[in-house]
Amino acid sequence: MSPARERVPEGTTPTAESGRVVLAGEEIGRALRRIAHEILETNKGPQDLLLLGIPTRGVHLARRLGAALHDVEGVEVPVGSLDVTMYRDDLRRQPVRHLEPTDVPGDRVEGKVVVLVDDVLFSGRTVRAALDSLADLGRPRAVRLAVLVDRGHRELPIRADHVGKNLPTSRGERVWVRLVEQDGADEVRIAADPARREGERQ
Amino acid sequence: MRHLLSIGDLSREEILELLDTAESMHEVQHREVKKLPTLRGRTIINFFFEDSTRTRSSFELAGKWLSADTINLSGKGSSVSKGESLRDTVMTIDAMGVDLMVVRHMASGAPAQIASWTGCSIVNAGDGTHEHPSQALLDAYTMRRRLGGDLAGRHVAIVGDLTHSRVLRSNLLCLRTLGASVTLVAPPTLMPSGIGPWADTDGFGTSYELDDVLPTVDAVMMLRVQRERMSGGFFPTPREYAVRYGLTPARLARMPEHAVICHPGPMNRGLEISADAADAAQSLVLDQVSAGVAVRMSILYHLLAGEGSTS
Amino acid sequence: MTTPPLLITGADLAGAGRGDLLVADGRIVAAGPDAAAEAPGGTARTDADGLVALPGLVDLHTHLREPGREDAETVETGSRAAAAGGYTAVLAMANTTPVTDTAEAAERVLDLGRRAGYVDVHPVGAVTKGLAGAELAELGLMAASRARVRVFSDDGRCVHDARVMRRALEYVRAFDGVISQHAQDPALADGSACCHEGEHSGRLGLPGWPGVAEETVVARDVMLARHTGSRVHIAHVSTAGSVEVLRWAKAQGIAVTAEVTPHHLMLTTDLLAGYDPVYKVNPPLRPAEDVEALRAALADGTIDAVATDHAPHPRQDKEHAFADAAFGMLGLETALSVVATTMVTEGRVGWREVAQVMSHAPARIAGLAGQGQPLEPGSPATITLVDPGRRVSVDAALSQSLSRNNPWHGRELTGAVHLTMLRGQVTAREGLVWGGVA
Repeated sequence: MSPARERVPEGTTPTAESGRVVLAGEEIGRALRRIAHEILETNKGPQDLLLLGIPTRGVHLARRLGAALHDVEGVEVPVGSLDVTMYRDDLRRQPVRHLEPTDVPGDRVEGKVVVLVDDVLFSGRTVRAALDSLADLGRPRAVRLAVLVDRGHRELPIRADHVGKNLPTSRGERVWVRLVEQDGADEVRIAADPARREGERQ
Repeated sequence: MRHLLSIGDLSREEILELLDTAESMHEVQHREVKKLPTLRGRTIINFFFEDSTRTRSSFELAGKWLSADTINLSGKGSSVSKGESLRDTVMTIDAMGVDLMVVRHMASGAPAQIASWTGCSIVNAGDGTHEHPSQALLDAYTMRRRLGGDLAGRHVAIVGDLTHSRVLRSNLLCLRTLGASVTLVAPPTLMPSGIGPWADTDGFGTSYELDDVLPTVDAVMMLRVQRERMSGGFFPTPREYAVRYGLTPARLARMPEHAVICHPGPMNRGLEISADAADAAQSLVLDQVSAGVAVRMSILYHLLAGEGSTS
Repeated sequence: MTTPPLLITGADLAGAGRGDLLVADGRIVAAGPDAAAEAPGGTARTDADGLVALPGLVDLHTHLREPGREDAETVETGSRAAAAGGYTAVLAMANTTPVTDTAEAAERVLDLGRRAGYVDVHPVGAVTKGLAGAELAELGLMAASRARVRVFSDDGRCVHDARVMRRALEYVRAFDGVISQHAQDPALADGSACCHEGEHSGRLGLPGWPGVAEETVVARDVMLARHTGSRVHIAHVSTAGSVEVLRWAKAQGIAVTAEVTPHHLMLTTDLLAGYDPVYKVNPPLRPAEDVEALRAALADGTIDAVATDHAPHPRQDKEHAFADAAFGMLGLETALSVVATTMVTEGRVGWREVAQVMSHAPARIAGLAGQGQPLEPGSPATITLVDPGRRVSVDAALSQSLSRNNPWHGRELTGAVHLTMLRGQVTAREGLVWGGVA
């Protein structure tokens, strides 16, 4: 039996300071504050909002968004996490994935406006899994998607409602998001990824 | 992870990963929609050569909640006399294109033998007097939840018919791997063969006196004592057994307040466990049953969800 | 059948030094350094330089399965396996279907053996009717039959009733018979017992077969032998405790003999860890301490003989859960190699002692006049040539047996049978079996 601890590197920085930084430090904070404003504007206020981060970095971003909403509006918007692993369509293509917690504040999505939060939007398959997962939890009034980076190359009819930065990339490139909570620094890097063959999805 | 045949095949990290995954699975159990799509298209056969309502239905629910197609088969005991070997029997099923077989057999080692013959993943759901790995995992899961986190350094007493217990063997391996200290308690006639050197090698204690052990336990696991054992002369009468080794209200009072009681079931109330103890606040008996499905979902997930798993 | 005289040159004559053997008309006519001088014109020669010549091997304990389980083995295939393994005589156990418990049944086995012609097949008679342990079989009629049965055994089952055992021992004294006892007290080790009782059986959850279940019967039977003045033979001794009892009994002058199997001289109980039924045998494989005691007892004569307990089983009887699979393993073709590996190359015994435990002693115990004779002029030319240094890698597929339950498969052994000769006729060479001598 091989341990199932292996995490799938998605937006992580496994190695050195390669590539170039496309978003750093306070730029990330500014992007998130802008997204917070957009969310409030779209929703016409904070009522019924529920932020669900997709582990692992999406959860950190959701918490930051929650804090930003608090700063702007002075209300606590509930923040939780939604692990989509068991809904993925690529489980058989990877070693067994470690499950992360799903934590829905109040245990209800019924009637909520759920904002899914993730770090990078790429093929759209993670979001598809998140939508399926959400459907099994209940019936939200609406679901929106907020991402820090949209790098294109969608493989499903999915788009983000709120984007921190649109980043044109080629499929042969890799986007790494690092966050203080997990990686000790805030930055988004882009670099050629020799390991990733053209056309292979993230 | 290809098979789950013995807890002895698992490292501490692997056990913890299985338990952590079970936590996530347990959460699903409380949802309105309990079904996850994870194992859609995978086929699981519950091949039970020996009856077991509890374990079989637990594995069946686990498979169904993960969207696997699950079929129950009950094997006839031994087919020696019928000219068909066990190998023939399981190869016939394997040939149908099964991804995983959950095997319960009255003979020790049968799941390991089946694993050596077939191409599918095998889960040992209890083999003779050898092992019952999923039971040990759910026991550890339940104790961990109730005792708060790590089992390392905790003291667990396992009491009862140890000789004939597969639950004992798996729990011993599981608890020792997780760093718990273990004391086996039974009359000498119900201690497994070779217990002396075994205890020395694996680092656990043994005692014939339950009263001496109880004051220091964090958990006590009471194993079923079958009344049939009396005919083998393992102990004189159920009355004597209950007095010497039963978890009576008086013994309950000797346990530390935080200590918990496990029993893999089915219970012999009045023999190895009094009704007071079975229904006490410290009793995890029902938690164990409820954890059963989550732990088995975790097992199936780890065996079937990743790349390289059988197809 | 007449063949020209044959001179076997340069062999080590059973540990007695180099010499030649001149064989003519099925007998040894000259032996030793000067035998070549007596060879007449036209004598064929076989160069046996570097080989060891032993009197043909005799197996006290073989299961040939015929009649009844011809899918496992027949007298013919078992005889071929015996010849390939260097044997010239085998004692065929009585637990066939029907049981060899009458004169007619014994003669049938004898005749099947003669028809095959590779080795002398001597039926063992059952001690009790149907091996049921209750009433004596027709021991005297079997002894008086053409099969001249002298060894009686309920092997596979223990004659556990002390009264029955006592009567059997007394009864066979009339014709110098011997009871070969399968020592297993069924109250201490019942039919489900399949793993040496100890730490391994505890961990594996397999029903334990404690050494004491053998030892109490051995102890009882040597006392019965003392009481009755009869001969008792202990089949497949497997524990150090039994060896102690035997050593004591022999010191008292009690007429007890004993055999050990090749597998109990080498294989240990830890092999059961994978639940492979090929290692399921009765009595079970024991721990290393028992193996050591058995080797020592064989070397010092406490154990008289090596006997194979060759027990063929077809796949369908072995491919079950360990508890349900049949007991027994093949042994005829590998026995000499195992003894050479465990006893000779380890320096515990020489080839003279191998001749003793694999030929002279078993022939004497079984009362076989024409077997186990010294390599001297006048003896039958019943000879096994052994290549003592040859490394063999056992391949179960190459067996002459019908069955493949071979625990030695894949093992490296040192020492191999080169040629087997029964009364002047070559029956096997390098594992290949030649025409019978019927």
